[in-house]
Amino acid sequence: MAKVKLDGVRKVYPNGVEAVEPCDIDIPDGELVVLVGPSGCGKSTLLRMVAGLEEITDGTLMIGDAVMNDVEPANRNIAMVFQNYALYPHMTVAKNMGYGLKNRGLPKAEINQKVAEAAKMLNLSEYLNRRPSQLSGGQRQRVAMGRAIVRSPELFLFDEPLSNLDAKLRNQMRIEIRALQQRLGVTAMYVTHDQVEAMTLADRIIVLNAGRIEQIGTPGEIYSQPASTFVASFMGAPPMNIFTGTSDGQQATLDGGVSLNGAGAPSHTGKIQIGIRPEDVALDASGPLPFEVEIVEELGAHRLLHGRLSGQPFSVSVNKDQPAQTGPAKVALKPGAVHFFDAEAGRRL
Amino acid sequence: MKRAAFGQIGFPILLLIPQLVIIAIFFYWPAGYAIQSSFYLQDPFGFGSTYVGMDNYTRLTTSRTYLSSFWFTVIFTTLVTFFSLAIALLLAVKADKVIRGAKTYRTLLMWVYAIAPPVAGLMGVMLFDQSRGNITQLLASFGYDYRLGVNYWDTAAAMITVSIWKQIPVNFIFFLSGLQAIPRSVREAALIDNASGSSRFWDITFPLLAPTGFFLLIINITYALFDTFGIVDTIVKGEPGNNPMTLVYRVFVDGFRGGDLGGSSAQSVVLMVLVLILTVVQFRFLERRIHYT
Repeated sequence: MAKVKLDGVRKVYPNGVEAVEPCDIDIPDGELVVLVGPSGCGKSTLLRMVAGLEEITDGTLMIGDAVMNDVEPANRNIAMVFQNYALYPHMTVAKNMGYGLKNRGLPKAEINQKVAEAAKMLNLSEYLNRRPSQLSGGQRQRVAMGRAIVRSPELFLFDEPLSNLDAKLRNQMRIEIRALQQRLGVTAMYVTHDQVEAMTLADRIIVLNAGRIEQIGTPGEIYSQPASTFVASFMGAPPMNIFTGTSDGQQATLDGGVSLNGAGAPSHTGKIQIGIRPEDVALDASGPLPFEVEIVEELGAHRLLHGRLSGQPFSVSVNKDQPAQTGPAKVALKPGAVHFFDAEAGRRL
Repeated sequence: MKRAAFGQIGFPILLLIPQLVIIAIFFYWPAGYAIQSSFYLQDPFGFGSTYVGMDNYTRLTTSRTYLSSFWFTVIFTTLVTFFSLAIALLLAVKADKVIRGAKTYRTLLMWVYAIAPPVAGLMGVMLFDQSRGNITQLLASFGYDYRLGVNYWDTAAAMITVSIWKQIPVNFIFFLSGLQAIPRSVREAALIDNASGSSRFWDITFPLLAPTGFFLLIINITYALFDTFGIVDTIVKGEPGNNPMTLVYRVFVDGFRGGDLGGSSAQSVVLMVLVLILTVVQFRFLERRIHYT
């Protein structure tokens, strides 16, 4: 168990592409940090630099109190779970899990004991003599987890470990991973492109975009106070509605003429972007805002209404008890529902 | 998949006939003829033959030249197979790690493949030539008097070296593609599990290459046994004398130079049986121990 510190860590590939801009991350002992972002945002590269599978161009990486930049991956005392499990196909489950320990020169009896313990924890005891090809996807995933656990690492690294599983199994494994990590109290870094996974698993989330950290915060902070329009529209499903508009310092007006009375306004005047989460809006016959509903999507627990507000695309999420149909409607905003961002960079105002 | 069905049996047979005819004419007929003539003593001028039963075979077991060729073939095949596989694997592993200029490098390594065996043999003869050969001169500078075609072991060394050299590119291509078929993440997992590169190779890479290796083992044994004919022929120049010979080459020399068709037929039958046994052994015992993912 250890804290992790990235200080100005940066990755530039030989062809000159900067995959990760210099970033500073501090992960306290025992925390689970999720790196989330769209594909190509550099989240995997960042994780692979921590693992030692990718060279660090600049900056320092510390695990515990030691600088790890030039330490072999095997000597960093980490464990990594890969997206496609990366099990050794020619080894049994037991050998797969014990391979790392064997190379550290642990006595056989101790390896067997640790493997048996981990297998029991993961319900794999009866599969120890099977080969990976004889296991289902979920079982392989658990073997990969087991391989990570038996090493008793200081740091877990997860590289999209659940994206090859079907939806049901994914939910189940997500909970198992969280429970396991909390029980073992091991610091963990977890890469995913799935914002639901990020929200549910993380102590803290790091949102990355185009090699740059957009925001670091708890799931609550990320959701309620997104630092930029990118974070706002990436985190949350359905994504936040982003409008263009203007502010005169007193009141914000959407392009198209509709004013957001009483929603406040940034001190910034001129062109701005305005964000409203679909679930922060209520259908209200006496509401102030005219909403033209074009499509109703049934999602079971709730409905999504897609249409236009002030001529701009707008989606609203309503409870399943609330009747909805296409056509003109009125909506009201819940308090604190409106987020303001600057017009060019999309930074929060 | 949809299966195409033929109305009657005649048409599919018609389609198969060319292939069947080729196999029959070029394989079964000569093989049958070889078995038959191995029981006869043939007049060298083709005027007649006498049935001699197993005489041709019993003569083989006592013939010193045949037995010496037999043992030479065993050693030759073992060395050629082992070194052509080992060197190719080493090159493939190293080439796999090259990032810059990888394509040029790989093309250069594969080039030798395009050279016909007799040409390879000829180049070998030139390199090992008594008076002008570069290798001969090199060895002479170390004080070794190398005599190709005169000294038995010197000739053997040239044959083996050229045969290995000729076969390396084929093995290299297969090993390289085998290496590249190993998932990157599996190698990376090994990188995290094991700090030692050589032990990683033997624990992870090598077993995962085993299917490729097994396939190549069969190809290489066959190559060393049969396809080295051209190289052997160029080096001994049809003047076997005291020189080493592989079994296949001896079939040719005894049959077509020595005019002993019966004896050489018996030799080919022995070879056929040998190949059959080898094939069975390989698939029965070796393949079982190899894990195909």
